[in-house]
Amino acid sequence: MRPDFGLLLINLGINNTVYVKTDPREIALLEGLAKDDRQAIETIYKQHYNMVQTLIINNNGSADDARDVFQEAMIVLYEKARSGTFELNCLLKTYIYSVCRRLWLKRLQQQQKFVSDIENVSETVPVEDELEAHGQRNTEFQMMEKAMQHIGEPCRSLLEAFYIQKRNMLDIAGHFGYTNADNAKNQKYKCLMRLKKLFFAAYKNNTP
Amino acid sequence: MEEMQLLDAVERYLNNEMPADEKAFFEQLRKTNPEVDQLVVEHSMFLQQMDRFSDWKQYKATLHDVHSELLETGSIQEKAPRATVVQLWKKYQRVVAVAASIAGITALTISAIAYYFAPKPASEIQLLSRELANIKRTQTITDKKINALTGQASTRFIPPADPKSGGTGFLIDGKGYLVTSAHIVANADSVYIQNTKGDYFKVSTLYVNKQTDIAVLKIVDNRYQPIKNLPYALQKNLADLGEDVFTMGFPRTSTEIVYNKGYLSAKTGYNGDTTTYQLAISANPGNSGGPIFNHSGEVIGILSGKQTTAEGVVFSSRTRNIFTALHEIRKDSTNEDRIKLLLPSSIKGLDRIQQIKKIEDCMFMVIRY
Repeated sequence: MRPDFGLLLINLGINNTVYVKTDPREIALLEGLAKDDRQAIETIYKQHYNMVQTLIINNNGSADDARDVFQEAMIVLYEKARSGTFELNCLLKTYIYSVCRRLWLKRLQQQQKFVSDIENVSETVPVEDELEAHGQRNTEFQMMEKAMQHIGEPCRSLLEAFYIQKRNMLDIAGHFGYTNADNAKNQKYKCLMRLKKLFFAAYKNNTP
Repeated sequence: MEEMQLLDAVERYLNNEMPADEKAFFEQLRKTNPEVDQLVVEHSMFLQQMDRFSDWKQYKATLHDVHSELLETGSIQEKAPRATVVQLWKKYQRVVAVAASIAGITALTISAIAYYFAPKPASEIQLLSRELANIKRTQTITDKKINALTGQASTRFIPPADPKSGGTGFLIDGKGYLVTSAHIVANADSVYIQNTKGDYFKVSTLYVNKQTDIAVLKIVDNRYQPIKNLPYALQKNLADLGEDVFTMGFPRTSTEIVYNKGYLSAKTGYNGDTTTYQLAISANPGNSGGPIFNHSGEVIGILSGKQTTAEGVVFSSRTRNIFTALHEIRKDSTNEDRIKLLLPSSIKGLDRIQQIKKIEDCMFMVIRY
C-alpha cells in the first residue's frame, strides 16, 4: 500500500529544521558571554552541564571527557557571541547538545573507537559549519600557544605582560628589572620578532 | 633600530595612539611605500590574533574556575561511567529472558520424559534381591574352592611385601651358608632370600663385619634342599691386575638375574685400601653382595660399592675376608656351624654360558625387612 500524499507531507515537515525564535533570556546569556560575564557562564553551566555529562558517559566517555567537551562547546558559544550573533534559531539546550554530540563523535573517531552513531535522545540542529570555523581558530590558538612556549623566558613573560595583561612599558621595565622603558622596549621588540617568526612559520603550514 | 621604530609606529598607529599630524604622515607613507603597508596589514592581523588568544586563554581559565566552583557547591556532580555489566544487562535483557525460558521449558520437559520412561521402583528392588541371591550362591562356591586350594598350597611361603632394601648373595657351602655384603643385612629386622625360581627362604645372620663389608648368612628354612657340590671355588691367592672378571646379581626388583663383565683395574680399593679391589665393571644398586668370578670360576671378591664421583669405578671386598670370617666363626666355640670350604672350581675351562648356568642355582636375592 502506498502512503498517501498527506502523510508524506507531514514526514517532510518533521525532517526539516524547525526554526524557533530564541528566548530573550537566552539572548541575554549570550550577550553576557560576549562581555566575559562570569554569571552568564555559571548559569549556562548549571542548566546544561548534567545533560552533556549524561550524553558522554552513556557513550563510552568519562567525567573528564564530559568536562572537556562541554567547555569546548562553551568556547564555540563564546565565539558565536563575540562575533555578534545572538540568534541561535533554536533552544540553547538544543544548540549545546548538538555541538557536544558532534564534538564527541569526532573525538571517538580520532580515538579509533568506531561507533556507528550516538543515539539521539533529543533533537539536534546542524552545527558542522560553525564547528569547522571553530576548529580553524583552535588550530590558530594552538599555534600561538606553541610559539609562546618556544620563545622561552623572559620573552614569554615580557610579551604576555605587554600584549595579554596590557601593562604599560614603564611598569614592565620596573617589574622585569630593566633600567628604563626604552631598554624594556628594545627587549620586547626582539622577543616579538622571534614570536612572529615562529607563529607565521606555523601559520603558513597551518599546523601548530 | 629603524625597523624597531617603524614597528613601534605601526603599533601606535593601530592602537590609535598617534597625534593627528603624525597619523596623516604615516598614512601618506603607507600609501607610497607598499612594504610599510604590508607590515601594517601583517602586524594588525598578528595583534588581532594575540588579542583573541589572550581572550581565549582568559575565558578558558574562567571556565575551569566555574567548573571547580560548581563542583564544590554541588550545583553539578561528576558521574562515574556506567559499568559495562549494567550496559550489557540492559542490552541483552530480552535475550537473557528468552534463553532462561527456553532453559526452563527444556528442563521441565526432560524431567517429565525421565519420569515417564523410568522403570518403576518396585520391580527394581525385586530384581536386586534375585541378583543378591545369585551372588550369595556363587560366593559360597568360591569360598569352598579357596579352602580347597589353601589346604593344598600351605607349604608355599610368601613374606610380607615392602622390603627395606635388597642385594645379592651366593652359597659358600651347599648345606645353606651364604655370603653377602654386610651393608645389606645391617640393621635388619629379618632377612629372607629368594632364588631364581621365586622361592623364599628365611635366613639368620651368622656373622657381620662392616669393615670388610662381609656377612655370612645361614638358611634356617627346612624347605631348603641342600646342594651337594657347588660349581665354583674361592680363590686363595691375590687376583692379578687386568684379569677378566664377571659378576651376577639382582639389580632388578624381579628375580631376574643380571650378568656383567669387566676387569680388575687396581689391586687396592678406595684410597689404597688393601682389603678391597678396584674393578671396572658396570654395577647398580642390588648388585651389592654379588660374587666376582675370574675366568676359571673362582670367587675373587664380593661386590660392595662404587665411587659416586667417578664413572665405572667399583670396589669389591677380597675373598680373603671370607676366610677371615669363617675363621672367626670357627673360633667361637658356642657355634656348632661347621662350614666346609669349597672344592676346586668345577667350571674351570667351561665357556661362559655354561659357567653361568651352573652358578645361577647358587645365587640368591637377599631381601632385608
